[in-house]
Amino acid sequence: MGASQSTESNLTASIQRHLSKIVVAPSFAASLFFVYGFILWTGYMAFSKSRMLPVWDWAGLRQYERLWQMERWHVAIENLLIFGGLFIVTCLIIGCLLAVLLDQRIRAEGALRTIFLYPMALSFIVTGTVWKWLLNPGLGLESMMHDLGWTSFKFDWLVNSDMAIYTVVIAAVWQASGFVMAMFLAALRGVDQDIIRAAYMDGASLPRIYFGIIIPSIRPVFLSAIVVLAHLAVKSFDLVIALTGGGPGYSSDLPATFMYTMAFQRNQLGVGAASAMMMLATVMAIIVPYLYSELRGGKKNG
Amino acid sequence: MYLRKTILATGVAFSALATANFAHAEPTAEVLHWWTSGGEAKAVASLKEDFEANGGTWVDSPVAGGAGDAAMTVLRSRVLSGDAPAAVQLKGPAIQEWAEQGALADLNDVAAAEGWDDVIPAAIQDVMKYEGDYVAVPVNVHRVDWIWANPTLLAKVGADSAPTTWDEFNALADKLQAAGITPVAHGGQPWQDATVFETVVLGLGGPEFFQSALVDLDEDALNSDTMKAVFDQMRKIRGYVDADFPGRDWNLATAMVMNGEAAMQIMGDWAKGEFLAAGKVPGKDFICAATPSENGYLFNVDSFAMFNVSGDDKVAGQKLLAELIVGEKFQETFNLLKGSIPARSGVSLDKFDDCAKKSEADLQAAQEAGGFLPSMAHGMALRGHLAGAIIDVVTAHFNSDMSSDEAVSRLVEAVELAKD
Repeated sequence: MGASQSTESNLTASIQRHLSKIVVAPSFAASLFFVYGFILWTGYMAFSKSRMLPVWDWAGLRQYERLWQMERWHVAIENLLIFGGLFIVTCLIIGCLLAVLLDQRIRAEGALRTIFLYPMALSFIVTGTVWKWLLNPGLGLESMMHDLGWTSFKFDWLVNSDMAIYTVVIAAVWQASGFVMAMFLAALRGVDQDIIRAAYMDGASLPRIYFGIIIPSIRPVFLSAIVVLAHLAVKSFDLVIALTGGGPGYSSDLPATFMYTMAFQRNQLGVGAASAMMMLATVMAIIVPYLYSELRGGKKNG
Repeated sequence: MYLRKTILATGVAFSALATANFAHAEPTAEVLHWWTSGGEAKAVASLKEDFEANGGTWVDSPVAGGAGDAAMTVLRSRVLSGDAPAAVQLKGPAIQEWAEQGALADLNDVAAAEGWDDVIPAAIQDVMKYEGDYVAVPVNVHRVDWIWANPTLLAKVGADSAPTTWDEFNALADKLQAAGITPVAHGGQPWQDATVFETVVLGLGGPEFFQSALVDLDEDALNSDTMKAVFDQMRKIRGYVDADFPGRDWNLATAMVMNGEAAMQIMGDWAKGEFLAAGKVPGKDFICAATPSENGYLFNVDSFAMFNVSGDDKVAGQKLLAELIVGEKFQETFNLLKGSIPARSGVSLDKFDDCAKKSEADLQAAQEAGGFLPSMAHGMALRGHLAGAIIDVVTAHFNSDMSSDEAVSRLVEAVELAKD
C-alpha cells in the first residue's frame, strides 16, 4: 500500500516535472514538420524540374537562372526595395514622433493612443480595400477635390504604373505606424526619470534631452521595430492584392505576389519555390544578425 | 503564404477523403468545380438535377476563390494522395497536362455510343482528346472576340453599327472622343488586356497569323512587323480608355457601356449576362458584334476532365455524367443559364437570344473558313506558363509607354524563356 502510494506520487511528481515539456511537445512537433519540414521541401522543389506537379528530378540551379531572367521578378525585387525601405523608415519616423508627442503627459492620451493603434487591428485586406477607394481618382480624394472646385488637383498614383507601389507604402504606413508608436511609447516610459531630471537641472533643452539621452537609451527598440517591420514588408501579400492587384500591369508586384502567381496560377512550381527561397534568404539576412546580437547580449548579461 | 496554402489544401483533401469513404451501389460522381455564384451556380445545379434524375449520386465539391486557383491546389493534393474526384472543371491545354501525368480516364466507349465525333467541332475535339482518346467533355462555347456597344452613344456620332475593320474602329473612336465620349470601356487587369490583345492579333494578322503566333509560338510570327502593328493598335486603344481603368473588374466596364458612360467594350460573351440581367434587349439597348476580323472566332470552352477513379459505382457515375454533359438537354439548359452556346451541334437555338444565334452562325462560318481558333487569354491555346509569359508582356506594354519594338523583342524573349 505504502509502496504503491509512493510510485503514484513518484509518477505524479515526474509528470509535474515534465508537464511543460509534454504540453509543448505536440505543437513543437507540428511546427518542426509544418514549418521546417516544408521549408526543406520548398528548398528541394527549387532545385527540381517541377511545373504543374511536384517532381523529384534534379534541375540544379536552372530554376534560379530562369527566375533571375524574368523581367517580372526584377520588378518585384525593385518594388520590395522601394516598399521595404520607405515603409520601414517612414514608420519609424512617424511612430517615434507620435510617441514623443504622446509622451508629453497630454490630456486624453489614452484615447489618442487607441486611435493611433487601431489601424493595426484591421486586416490588410480591409486596409487595402479602403485605400483603394480613397486613392481611386474617379471615386476618392481626387474626385472629392474636383467636386469641391479644385479641378486642377491630381492624385492618380494608384493608376500610374510608376507610382502604384508608393500607394502600397502609404496604406502600409497608415496601418503599422501606430504599432511602432506603441513600442516606442512603452520604451520612453521605461527611461529612468532621474537622468532626465538631472539633465533638466543642468539646463539641457527638451530636444537636446531627447536626442542626447532618451533616444540613444531606447536604441534596442529601434532594432526590434526594424525587424518586425522588415519581415512585414517581405511577406506583404494581401495588402497588394487588395489595393492594386499587383497592377497596373504587374508594376506593383512584390515577391510574395510573384511567388503566388508562378506557383498557383502558372504551373511553375519550380520557379515559385525558387522565389520563395529568395524571400526566405532575405528574411534570414535580417533575422540572423539580429538573433546573433540578441543571443550574444544574453550571454554577456548571464 | 505558401505553407498556409499547402496546409489548407491537405486539410481539404483529408476531409474529402473522409466523405468519399461511404460507398454507394448506384452511379456516383464527385464533381470538383468553382462555379459557385450567380448563373454559373444555377447551371451546375441543373447538371446535378439531371444526374440525380438519372439515378446517380452527386457529390458536390465546390472550391471557390481565385478563379479556380484554389480548386487547382485542391486538385493537385487530391491526385497526389491517390483520391481524385471523378470530374473536375478543367479547360484547355491543362487537360493535356493532366493526361500526360496519366491521371485522366478514357471515355472512348461513351464517345462511340453517343457519336461525339460527329457532333463536336473538330477544334474542340482536339482540346478534349489526349492522343486520340476522349478524356474530357465540353460544356459550352464562349466567344471571346465580341464588341459590346451602346447604340445611343454610337448614334451621337452618326454610327449605327459596330466597326468592321480596325481602321473603322479607330475612326469611330476618334469621333467619339472628339464628342467627349469615352470610346472604350476597359478594365486594366492582365487578362482583360490580353483579351483585347488577342482580338487585335486576330483582326490585324488574320486567323493564320493568330495560329502561328499565339498557338504555335512561331518565332518569326512573334518577331514580325504584323506583331509590331498589333502593339501599335494596342497603344491606340490605350488612348481610348478612361483614366481610371486600372484594376477595374470586367463587369464594371460592362456597366459603363450599359449606363452610357462609354461606347464600346471588347469582352467575351459572359458580358451579355450583365446586359440581360439588367433587362436590356440585344439589338435595341445594346449591340453585339464581332471584333473586326476575317471570319475569325476565338473560342473559350469550359469542360470537365474525367479523372481515374476506382470502383464500379464511381466509373459508372463518371460515364453517366459524361453522357449527360454532352447530351442535348443539358447543353441547352446550361448554356441558357451561362450565356454561352452549346458545344455540340443538333441543339435547337430557339430559346436563345440573338447574340447567341449570331455566335452559332459565325461559328459555322469560321469553321469553314478555318478561323475557329482557341483563345490565348483564356487558357485555351497555350499552357499556363507560356500564356502567362505573353500576358506579362502585353500588360506591361499596355500599362506603360513601352515602344512597340521593345514589346516585340520582350515578347520573343519571354516566350523563349518560358519554353525551356
